This record gives sequence, C-alpha cells and structure tokens, in this order.
Amino acid sequence: MKPRTLFEKVWDQHVVVQEPDRPAVLYIDLHLIHEVTSPQAFTGLRERGIGVRRPERTVATMDHSTPTLPKSLAVIDDQAKIQLRMLEDNCKEFGIELFGLGNQFNGIVHVIGPERGFTQPGKTIVCGDSHTSTHGAFGALAFGIGTSEVEHVLATQCLLQRKPKTLEVRVDGTLMPGVTAKDIILALCAEIGTGGATGYVIEYTGSAIRNLDMEGRMTVCNMSIEAGARAGMIAPDDTTFEYLKGRDRVPKGADWDAAVERWRALASDEHAKYDKRVVIDANKLEPMITYGTNPGMGMGIGASMPEMAAFDEFSHQVAFEKAMLYMDLEPGESLLGKKIDVVFIGSCTNSRIGDLRMAASVFSGRKVADGVRTLVVPGSHDIKKQAEAEGLDKIFTEAGAEWREPGCSMCIAMNGDNLEPGQYAVSTSNRNFEGRQGKGGRTFLASPLTAAAAAVTGRVTDPRSLLLS
Amino acid sequence: MAKFTTLTSHAVPLTAENVDTDQIIPARFLKVTDKHGLGDSLFSDWRYHEDGSPKEDFVLNHPESQGAQILIAGHNFGSGSSREHAPWALVGWGFRAIISTGFADIFRSNSLKNGLLPVEVSEEVHKELMQAVQLDRATTITVDLHTQSVTGLGSLEATFPIDDFSKHCLLEGIDQLGYLQSFDEQIMEYEQQRP
Repeated sequence: MKPRTLFEKVWDQHVVVQEPDRPAVLYIDLHLIHEVTSPQAFTGLRERGIGVRRPERTVATMDHSTPTLPKSLAVIDDQAKIQLRMLEDNCKEFGIELFGLGNQFNGIVHVIGPERGFTQPGKTIVCGDSHTSTHGAFGALAFGIGTSEVEHVLATQCLLQRKPKTLEVRVDGTLMPGVTAKDIILALCAEIGTGGATGYVIEYTGSAIRNLDMEGRMTVCNMSIEAGARAGMIAPDDTTFEYLKGRDRVPKGADWDAAVERWRALASDEHAKYDKRVVIDANKLEPMITYGTNPGMGMGIGASMPEMAAFDEFSHQVAFEKAMLYMDLEPGESLLGKKIDVVFIGSCTNSRIGDLRMAASVFSGRKVADGVRTLVVPGSHDIKKQAEAEGLDKIFTEAGAEWREPGCSMCIAMNGDNLEPGQYAVSTSNRNFEGRQGKGGRTFLASPLTAAAAAVTGRVTDPRSLLLS
Repeated sequence: MAKFTTLTSHAVPLTAENVDTDQIIPARFLKVTDKHGLGDSLFSDWRYHEDGSPKEDFVLNHPESQGAQILIAGHNFGSGSSREHAPWALVGWGFRAIISTGFADIFRSNSLKNGLLPVEVSEEVHKELMQAVQLDRATTITVDLHTQSVTGLGSLEATFPIDDFSKHCLLEGIDQLGYLQSFDEQIMEYEQQRP
C-alpha cells in the first residue's frame, strides 16, 4: 500500500461517499458549537422541519460574548443576552450537551474540548470558528466552518469537502530559553504569510515539535489558520496519550488500550509524500512579535521593521504603508522600548495552565508598570481553579494585573473587554487585524513571556532580559 | 440559494490586500441571530466616522459605487475568522461576485453557499481590471459562470477556476444540504460499521 500521511489516514477513514467530480461526503465525529455562529443554523433546521441527526456528537459552550468580570457578570447588551439564551434554548430543544455560563467546566470552546477529552486522535472535528485547527495537536483533522456548514453537520453529521493538499512544516532543533511554541507559529506566519498555506493541511513534524507538551502543540496548531491553512496536525505520541489518559470523555480500561493502539498507527508512514514542505530551524528562533495588521507581519523581537524599499510590488508597498499608518509606526525602526497601554494574556491560543505559569514566572516579585492595564483571562473554569490552587492568581493580582473569569475576552472584543482607539497592546491572542481587539486598537502579538515582560516594563521588551536577571 | 448565471455590472475597486473578515464585518456586529441587515455594517470601520456618518473618501461611499454588484479586491481576500456574516454582509450590500488573485479557504466556501461568486484571476488580469475600473468608474465587467469567463474593457477575456459541483449548484440555485441529505442511507451504513 502507498505510504500515507497522518492527514490522509484520518481523511480516508471518514469518507462516506466519494463520487467522481464531486466533493467527498465526510463524516464528522465531533461538532463543537458556541453562541455566535450557531443561531442561524438552528433557524435553518426549523425552517426545513428537520432535526439534529446525532445530538450526542455535538457539544456546546458559551465563550465569545460572555463577561469576564467576576463581580457583576453582566452580559454586555441585550443582543448578546438573546444570543446566549438562544443557544440555551436550542441545546434544550435538540438534546445537545451545553457547558453554559455557571457550568463548572465552561470555557473557551478550543480549551474545553481537549480538557474534557472530547478531542481525540483520529477524529474529525469541526466548529463554526476558524481556530478549530487547535484540536489538530492531537492528530485529529479539525477545521473551522461557516454557519451553513454548521447546519449541514447538525442535519447530516457530514460535510461536503474537497480533499486539501498537504504541507509539511518541519521544525528541528532546540528552542532557546525564552522561546516558546507561540514563537514557532509566529515565525511560520512571518515566513509564508497569511495566505501561504491556503488550500493545505499542515502537518508539523521535527524534533522541536516532538519536544513540545500538548499545550505548546495546541498553540502551534491553533494559529495554522493564520497562515491560511485549512487545518494543522501533529501525530499523536506518548505525550498525547499521557495528556488524555483519565480525562472525562476518553475510553477507559481495555477500550483505552485498544484506542491507543489505533491512535499510534495514525502517524505518517515513512516515505509518505507531502505536496509541499517548509523547514524552520528551532535553534535560530527568537521571541517573536508582530508589528503590522496581520499575523504574517512579524519579526524577531530584536529586529527592525522592514523599510518600504523591501517590497518590490507597488501593491505590497501600499499594503505595508497602510499597516504602518494604522499602527502609527515608522518603517525600519525597532519595536524594543515602544510604550504600551494594555497587556492581554488569554485566548484559545495562550490561556492554558502552562501559559499562565509562564506569565507568572515573569510577574513573580515584580509589579505591572504604571499606566498599563493587564488582563489575565484563563481559558476555562477548570484552568482557573488549577491556577488558583497553585497560587498563580495571587502572583497576578499582587503584581497589579486583573484576574478574570474565563472566555474569549479581548481576543475578539465582543464582551466589553476591548482596547480604546489608539491604544497599543501586547497580546497573546492570535489576530492583530485592524480593530480586532477594539475599534482603533493596535495589537502586537507575542508569547505569554513577552506579554508579561511588556506588562512589568510598560514597553516592548525581550523577555530573555528578565529571565536572566 | 439564488442562482448565478451571468452578471454584467460596474465594479467597486478595493485596493487593500489581505482584507480579513474582521474588516469585512467587525466582531461587534456578530451578535445578530439572523442573516439579514448586515449590508449596512459591511466594512464598517473603513466606511463610517465615529459619529456614524459615511467617510466620503472610502470607495464604497463614492456615488459611482452605488448599485455595483462586483467587488475587485486586493490579493488574498477573506482571511481570518470563519464568520459567514462576511458573505452575508457582502451580499446584503448588493455584491454578487468578487474578483481577486486569491481567496481564503473558509471564506470561499462560505461565499459559494450564499450565491456570491469568488472569481480568481491572474495578477496581470487583476491589475488590468483594477486600473481600468479606477480610471473609469463606469467601466462594466461581465462574469459568466457557464463559460467561467471574465470579459470587459473591449478585448479582455480571462477564465477563472471553480469546481464542477459548486458551479452546478450556483447555476441551478441548488442548496448543498439537500444534496447531502440524499446520502442518508450511506451515512447510516457508515455509522453502523464504525468502532
């Protein structure tokens, strides 16, 4: 048999029908939904008079527009309230399990999926959210879909999909102290751009990926979409199985052993062919930071922003100039020492316990700089509990940071947590698009270490300078 | 879904590259629970002043843009979020086709399900169209889905790719869910033989 990649194996196992010149009918094992991209899908079902085919294969959470202030817990406005209520009603009517507000396991959809063990190797996983690529860290084929497709999955548990191409991103070497998983993925985005992997599913391989823990792998796969990829995957191994073992929704006993055996066989075969390959040398990576208005506009933290002359195409020059104008930055300069207003530590990219521990290691014994607002938003209630058991919340609050309730918060700025026009933020989230964190707000994407370093100095800072001292 | 066969219209030239779905429709407009009325919020942050009045220099607000059904957008259109609100807003404003050199995967897929045709052309053709439309805003362009062609400017004739299935669905106005449902028996069989 022809050697196959991890992606091809998962794909082949899920093709229900493949007619010539038609997209494949692909079976979906796990469907995650949230309040923002699902209401119209349920309305569609009602209009057609059909039900949910396999309600036990859909899991719901509330995360995008939920409040993160511990005291009032007031939902931002009536529209958001209606949306949350609709999700609750839809789940009740169609028999879907909901981790709603107040549920002890509530949290960001891409955090609770793995945390509860819904996410497993070899599954097909979809959600009306582009960062569904996160779940690929477990060797699942996981991708974001639109609301029409949410309706398709609810109705048929299947999707019409064309087979994407495969891209191997090989990362060999050892990360230097202060360099994290976030820096790997920001480096990839800088290397190939936001459209660089359009039409591809990425598989991350190499020793630097193998050496990442599951949280680091999730951070990498999470931002695959920022390079345009349909999905990002990492072959499951002992690190994966150790993370999953004993979680609520994974198989137990003999079933567990059988599952692990099945999952081990998913790794790409030797000599399997990818359509394209990109190589990154982990030894040479630095902490990364973005300077522009898309995740591809990033650089090593000590580097200088490009000069206009670096762009040969006129249209690229115009795009770069537009970004510089929005960010109010000068081409050719360094960002080190740039004053910032806000630090956001959270989002489905970097809100897990390891991320919080990293940030706490910088905050410990230090204070947030005067005039800087710092939000630390855990990805789930489970993580919040764990962090509090470890005393991390004290480290954050004693430093002067705000310790919030879980949610997407300032990553998408739908819940009242947002930047003011003109403010600069160092953020551990995934998008620095114009206005993403609040209208007129300006975002520098970076790792939890780099974000925490900016919080305590009030400026863009190489986190290694604080780790050494 | 509305049928798409052939379309002749003047066009809106949006030169910005890598336009992400947060620009097409900012997240604060995603709290709606239906698909309608999003056209007013299309490109909201580029289109309106703080007080809600239109920015006259933004291309969508030019008098010549009114009634246009074709958007000529810069390279790599629609990256970022999977929000289907993006094509809902574009269609809500009146667009039926978008011409660019490339589209993000999820945006392309979402558009095709809403009767909005992504027309991918070469950089040369794109440049020619963009320049011609910028020079004379009355320029009309024809997009023909049958022949998968873009024609206009006297002699310009280019083709664009689209998969057979999506083309068929657009030409006939077929909703893809109906097609999926026709495999009910096979899906049932598949479910029964799974571990």
